[in-house]
Amino acid sequence: MAESQGAIAVDIDNVSKLYGNFTALSAVKLAIQDNEFFTLLGPSGCGKTTLLRCIAGFEDISQGAIRLYGDNIADLPPNHRPVNTVFQQYALFPHMDVTRNVMFGLLRLGRSEAEARARAGEVLELVRLSQFADRMPAQLSGGQQQRVALARALAPGPKLLLLDEPLSALDLKLRQAVRLELQQIQHETGITFIFVTHDQEEALTMSDRIAVISDGEVQQVGSARDIYEEPDNKFVADFIGETNLIDVSVAEVAGDKALCTLPGGAQFTCPAARGAHSGQGHLSVRPERVSLADPAGALLTGTVTRMIYLGTDMNVDVRLSDDEIVTARLQNSSRTRIPAMGATVGLEFEEGAARLLVD
Amino acid sequence: MARKPDLRRFPGFLPLTLLCIFLLYAPLIIVAIYSFNNSASITIWGGVSLRWYEDVFWGPESDKFKQAAINSFVIAVAAATTATVIATMAATAMLRSGSFRGKGASFALINLPLMVPEIVTAVATLIFFSAIGFSTGLLTILVAHIVFCIPFAYLPIAARMQGIEEVYEQAAQDLYATRWQAFRLILLPLMTPGILSGFLLAFIISLDDFIITNFVKGAGVETLPTAIFGAVKQGIKPNIMAISTLLLAVSILFVTLSYFAGRIGQNRK
Repeated sequence: MAESQGAIAVDIDNVSKLYGNFTALSAVKLAIQDNEFFTLLGPSGCGKTTLLRCIAGFEDISQGAIRLYGDNIADLPPNHRPVNTVFQQYALFPHMDVTRNVMFGLLRLGRSEAEARARAGEVLELVRLSQFADRMPAQLSGGQQQRVALARALAPGPKLLLLDEPLSALDLKLRQAVRLELQQIQHETGITFIFVTHDQEEALTMSDRIAVISDGEVQQVGSARDIYEEPDNKFVADFIGETNLIDVSVAEVAGDKALCTLPGGAQFTCPAARGAHSGQGHLSVRPERVSLADPAGALLTGTVTRMIYLGTDMNVDVRLSDDEIVTARLQNSSRTRIPAMGATVGLEFEEGAARLLVD
Repeated sequence: MARKPDLRRFPGFLPLTLLCIFLLYAPLIIVAIYSFNNSASITIWGGVSLRWYEDVFWGPESDKFKQAAINSFVIAVAAATTATVIATMAATAMLRSGSFRGKGASFALINLPLMVPEIVTAVATLIFFSAIGFSTGLLTILVAHIVFCIPFAYLPIAARMQGIEEVYEQAAQDLYATRWQAFRLILLPLMTPGILSGFLLAFIISLDDFIITNFVKGAGVETLPTAIFGAVKQGIKPNIMAISTLLLAVSILFVTLSYFAGRIGQNRK
């Protein structure tokens, strides 16, 4: 798993990429472990695809080094890097059938025709496409094309597989099935995967570790649980899932604890992210960790301004005295007390549910 | 949604259309019909026969026309082939080498010959050849044809290449292909329809050319168009109609082939 002391597969050492005055990547440092399913997650334009293209060799880096098992590959052309890519649009060669697509890399590496054909058969078996080996790409569905692209990239046995939003063109049901399949194939092959996505759910469900990227900078690296439950900064807390960001004034930060004053005046001690400081700050509390309480003695009080029915859950928006909205997610069960619109309610959350962020 | 105005509702649309079609095609149709005329006159109809086609192939002037046809064909094949190779290289350089200084100017320069009046090119080419002491003959025709065929070959090739995303070549390079292998194994096969279309277009332009050829051909060297022109100067005989109809048929065939070649594989993505 993520925390085990495996060898470093990919060492992204201080990599920057400039396009004229535009900084696409700014001193990115990442150490990706052997056999890891590592995800680069961020909104579009954040630089995650640029980083992937730098690793594949389609972009030169402006500064830094990219080491693959210790060898600096930053100056090698793409065909000299033992790295293969599954492209977003798959880029299957339209004039070759499935088998020849999968054989392509093997033949370029100097394998014999027979050897390449046998290996292509094996890999097509792995992605369960053996019966489509003679089809042309145009005769396949989107999901099948995606699996051919995966087979083609796996066939030469790369040390590292790059996947550039490979699921974004598939519909929801298929996407969920392919997620599991990808994870399984990663386990079976033992190849290190770097997966790029803007879809947080995809990232959370598949990855050993995730790097959240924004504006060309790595915001946080950690397991799905780390970045969801212990976000370092406002961007990560806001981008991953839903959260309430409550304005607080921070009296002091001592170690990993902070003493805050909530809107309404209640004093509250909670965990603080690394780098949080006293002064004005934001507290992140996930809606599902907020519960309704009697207004007397509650951490926060306000009036119910909106209720949204979500099936299994219900979102209750509460306006605080300083006009901030805090959302509580209540489970829809017979035991839950549903407040009335406009009612004055109190809000509670546990110490461990809140986190003082770096702005 | 606003409906598009229906052009057919404009008054006079139909007569105007018919007039245009008539002016465009009536002369061609008349020539084609009269080439089967069994009469020595070019205006009086004397029944259907193939005598003027016989005259073209076996008549007194047949040797002259045969030699001219061979010259035309050889020049067209050689010029179109060379121009297609050059145009393919030019398109690859301009569309697959990222941005470079003078890219816009290169596009303009390669397509400019389409805009220059042909007579100007003809005079300039002749002056150029005589200035460098290149004696006129078959070779001068060939060189001139290669040059003016390049933009015609370039257009369909570049259009095709623009439609092929670079990600295919990147995928090839990612799979250990060198740049040359990516070009030869991926880009070139995908471009084949465009290249074929460019070749056929260049071929027909070369086969057809009169003005430049007439200027740069040496004494005694004729291509089909110059031979026809020479024959017409001595009075129009029905055999000219037969030979013109043959040339027209070849042109139509090649333009049609070029059109379909350009469409091959356009649906598969």
